Amino acid sequence: MQSLSNRAKKLEKKPMNFSERMYLPAIFQGLSITMRHFFKKKATIKYPEETRPMSAVWRGLHVLKRDEKGRERCTACGLCAVACPAEAITMVAGERKRGEENLYREEKYAISYEINMLRCIFCGLCEEACPKAAIFLQNDKVAPARYERDEFIYGKDRLVEPMPIQNL
Amino acid sequence: MELSLLLIKGLIIFAVFGITLLIATYSTYAERKVAAFIQDRVGPNRAGPFGLAQPLADAVKLFFKEEFVPANANKFLFIAGPSLAMLTACMSSAVIPFGGTLIIGGEAIHLQAIEVNIGILYVFGIVALGVYGIMIGGWASNNKFSLLGAIRAASQNISYELAMGMSIIALLLVTGTLSMRDIAAQQGQELFGISGLNWNIFYQPVGFLIFIICAFAETNRVPFDLPECETELVGGYHTEYSSMGMGLYLFAEYVNIFVASAVMATLYFGGYNFPFMHQLGLPHNVVTILGTVVLFAKIFFFIFFFMWVRWTLPRFRYDQLMNLGWKILIPLSILNVIVTGGAILLKAELF
Repeated sequence: MQSLSNRAKKLEKKPMNFSERMYLPAIFQGLSITMRHFFKKKATIKYPEETRPMSAVWRGLHVLKRDEKGRERCTACGLCAVACPAEAITMVAGERKRGEENLYREEKYAISYEINMLRCIFCGLCEEACPKAAIFLQNDKVAPARYERDEFIYGKDRLVEPMPIQNL
Repeated sequence: MELSLLLIKGLIIFAVFGITLLIATYSTYAERKVAAFIQDRVGPNRAGPFGLAQPLADAVKLFFKEEFVPANANKFLFIAGPSLAMLTACMSSAVIPFGGTLIIGGEAIHLQAIEVNIGILYVFGIVALGVYGIMIGGWASNNKFSLLGAIRAASQNISYELAMGMSIIALLLVTGTLSMRDIAAQQGQELFGISGLNWNIFYQPVGFLIFIICAFAETNRVPFDLPECETELVGGYHTEYSSMGMGLYLFAEYVNIFVASAVMATLYFGGYNFPFMHQLGLPHNVVTILGTVVLFAKIFFFIFFFMWVRWTLPRFRYDQLMNLGWKILIPLSILNVIVTGGAILLKAELF
């Protein structure tokens, strides 16, 4: 058949010569390759003892910060939910009652605040959108694997930073 | 006097048996480490420092597993199979000289469990018996994969024993004795003015090549591990085995590797002899102990070589295996016998 591109190479299947038929040179070649690998640096990271180095700007699990007096910074403005390209954030806003001034910084706060970690793409746009510097993506925590889907919907119980000890 | 001699013999037999088992145990660890290193991994490193307690953990695991006997299996033979494999594997290290003589209180003690003047024949006889363990176990399982594995093991071992025997005959023409101790002692003579370098590998390189290929086949190691070929036969002859039955088969394989390495080191690589052994001017006992250390270094090298090859080469096809055995190795070994005999006659004629 005529070759269309003239790039086809005609391969000749030559009969093997004596050293090829003996297989021994090929075996020694193979042995030398495996011996080289024997002394190679291993790629394994021995996990519990060593951890893989993470980038300083690595974006992991979210945290809802408190201010310096231990009050929640979030005012449930909803900018993060608007900014979220994956629509992972939902919240319900509520009015601060009298006597709750030590819990919430402003008059409006989030009664519930949920992030679906299965939807979240960890882009960090919520962090950029937040006018109150309330939500951050930590660079040392990941959302761990779980058995049930509903366990991936993180509520305030798991998102809000724990109360500093001196305020308890 | 008799009693003390008996005691010493008993001690040496005990030590040889213990060392054989110990090396076989740690061969499993070494195998996994070598495999890991060759594949750019780190291997077992959790149990104990560097994972050194791994063989213990494996043994404990195997002991605590259920010893399962299939319903239609022949119960007696099913248990006899692995026992026989293990028994024959352990028996063959008895005649290997693990060192020269220690002189203690004017008595020369040979570092060898039993001295028989037909040592090589003994090793071959026992190794040939080893296939019965696989045969019986595979047949008694009443499983077609086991049976196929057993049949493969039998035909493979018979085919390769011929070539192995032939390569040994050429060696015996050179040495003129069947005693392992004499063969080892002969290699301690001078070659080119270097004492302890009169190794048979320099007289029988082709014979050694045939021998090592056959040793791979006899111990059912890659590239000749067709009896347990897991890609085709599930697990081959030990498909139905669990717990220590399986453990004994695996263990027997490593003991066989140790014995094959020891035989190769003794027959071809000078046994306990090392270069300049008599020219260093060391006391006799020191030379003997050094020789034992050197012998074990050689054995470890061969064990490593077995593993190295295992993680390098793919498995043979069955027809390739038979072609290699019958059409290449046997004619080559016969040719080797003829050439060796001719060379010995020529030497007798000329000198």
